[in-house]
Amino acid sequence: MKLKPPSPSELGDRLRDSEVWKSIFRPGSIFRKGYKDTSRDRALATMNNVLYHLHPVKVKRHGLKLTYTFCLGGLSFFLFILLTVTGIFLMFFYRQQADIGGAQAYTDMQGIRTTVFFGDFVRNLHRWGAHLMVFSVALHMARVFYTGAYKPPREFNWVVGVILLFLTLGLSFTGYLLPWDQLAIWAVTVGTSLAGYSPFIAKQMNFLLLGGVVVGPETLLRWYVLHVLALPFVLVLFLAVHFWRIRKDGGISGPL
Amino acid sequence: MAREDTPLDQEVFDRVLKEQLDAGTDKRVAEGRARSAAVRAYKTAHPEEEAAPAAAPAAGGNGEAQAPAAAAATPAAAPAQAAMVAAAPASAPTRTAPLPTGNIPTPKKGAPDKHRLLALVPPEGIQRVEREQGDRVNVWPHLLIEEFVAMFVLSVGLVVFSTFLNAPLRELANANLTPNPSKAPWYFLGLQELLRYFHPMVAGISIPTFILVGLAAVPFVDRNPSTRPGDRKIALTLFTMMFMFGAVLTIIGSFFRGPGYNWVWPWAQGVFFDL
Ligand code: HEM
Repeated sequence: MKLKPPSPSELGDRLRDSEVWKSIFRPGSIFRKGYKDTSRDRALATMNNVLYHLHPVKVKRHGLKLTYTFCLGGLSFFLFILLTVTGIFLMFFYRQQADIGGAQAYTDMQGIRTTVFFGDFVRNLHRWGAHLMVFSVALHMARVFYTGAYKPPREFNWVVGVILLFLTLGLSFTGYLLPWDQLAIWAVTVGTSLAGYSPFIAKQMNFLLLGGVVVGPETLLRWYVLHVLALPFVLVLFLAVHFWRIRKDGGISGPL
Repeated sequence: MAREDTPLDQEVFDRVLKEQLDAGTDKRVAEGRARSAAVRAYKTAHPEEEAAPAAAPAAGGNGEAQAPAAAAATPAAAPAQAAMVAAAPASAPTRTAPLPTGNIPTPKKGAPDKHRLLALVPPEGIQRVEREQGDRVNVWPHLLIEEFVAMFVLSVGLVVFSTFLNAPLRELANANLTPNPSKAPWYFLGLQELLRYFHPMVAGISIPTFILVGLAAVPFVDRNPSTRPGDRKIALTLFTMMFMFGAVLTIIGSFFRGPGYNWVWPWAQGVFFDL
């Protein structure tokens, strides 16, 4: 008897029927055999997925209208993910050192641009994405204001949002120093010189921010740690509160 | 114990049910209230049965029979409490938890291994949430597809942009060579522009602090509950003015300032702006 090899569709069916496959995709997954486009499976598809279950099973219909949210909060979040991924890539090729003898940080940036595979492209994604995130977070805030979505019971989530805005700016600004080129240190010098005018604690503020009197190697180390670890960590904490509160406050606001 | 086994006073049940239905109460709620009134009426009429029920489960001996034990063991006080709540909801006693003793409680001797939870809730105690179901749609596929499309469009745009436009990298940092002009990143250029008009302490400390604190205070200052644009003219106008003010300052700082941070026309003298 001649054995016929299974056709691709048969193979696919068998794969989707296997114990391993079923152990990965929970009921309701559209990848699971037997997914039916019913209300029940649609609900399960949201509930049984680790990413999607941040959502409720159902949302108000008007919330889907593009002109209500413009997807700005979601896109800000997506940009944050993108920046995390590209940022991790860049970390493999970057040392935050700027000693008198020569600036490893700057040399590494040149390396990323010229020798690292796709380095320049990923750096571009990271840089443009960062600017875009500041922009989209600001627009998201404007959208929330114009829809009056900060009104009870969402007052606190607005405050969380303001903290997120502050953290986003902080992330962007700390990242700006890392290439250690003329653009970086002078933008940061200008930006932080203002801290030197704080009342009473001018000197302390300056020292806290710069780790010295002027922008130098200590500043770079300080801002690097803030940029790759401290600020993202805090941002993620507040993001968790932000998303959780959206659900607890009854989902998306409106309709107007 | 099945629900039907609870003795109740049929007369009271019928009367209360009718009252409730006549008052226009939802049928299921009316039944619940009638039931609870009837059970309570029965218990008041037969106080002697209250004491005994612990003995009952032994008779059944199977799983089903375990329920009443728990039911009885849990609050024999429940009906009394329910009655009290019904009678004088305002003066319901405040219950305080016992002070922590520091000892981790050990199970009583002979306690069953199984963990059972059973609550007796008088129908009045159930909080009914009546919310408009509203016009809702499934997140999958409707919202998720929208999010996916948005993400996709943004990614494509960013990839194309990043392929053709390189992020700047200037010469090595040099603390002795100040570029002219020296500008902060674009989102701070509004503030840098303010530096032209105000003392640094005002432009660099007071105003940013005011913006952040002011923003955070928005929901607590604007107590107007309406979200209709027609009802919010002042709020919308103020916010738009502030936002535009910031945007204009940022644009001026970005494109209309050149060497020495002096005014330039970007089309004539060029653009002094880096991202
Ligand atoms: C890292 C920055 C931020 C991220 C990733 C983010 C994310 C989100 C997302 C995904 C939503 C769901 C609705 C939508 O997409 O519009 C949302 C809603 C909301 N956000 Fe943000 N947000 C951020 C910053 C802010 C800021 C700066 C504010 C205000 C100052 C804010 C206030 C709010 C409020 C009040 C809601 C509820 C809106 C409603 O129910 O209509 N968020 N946010």
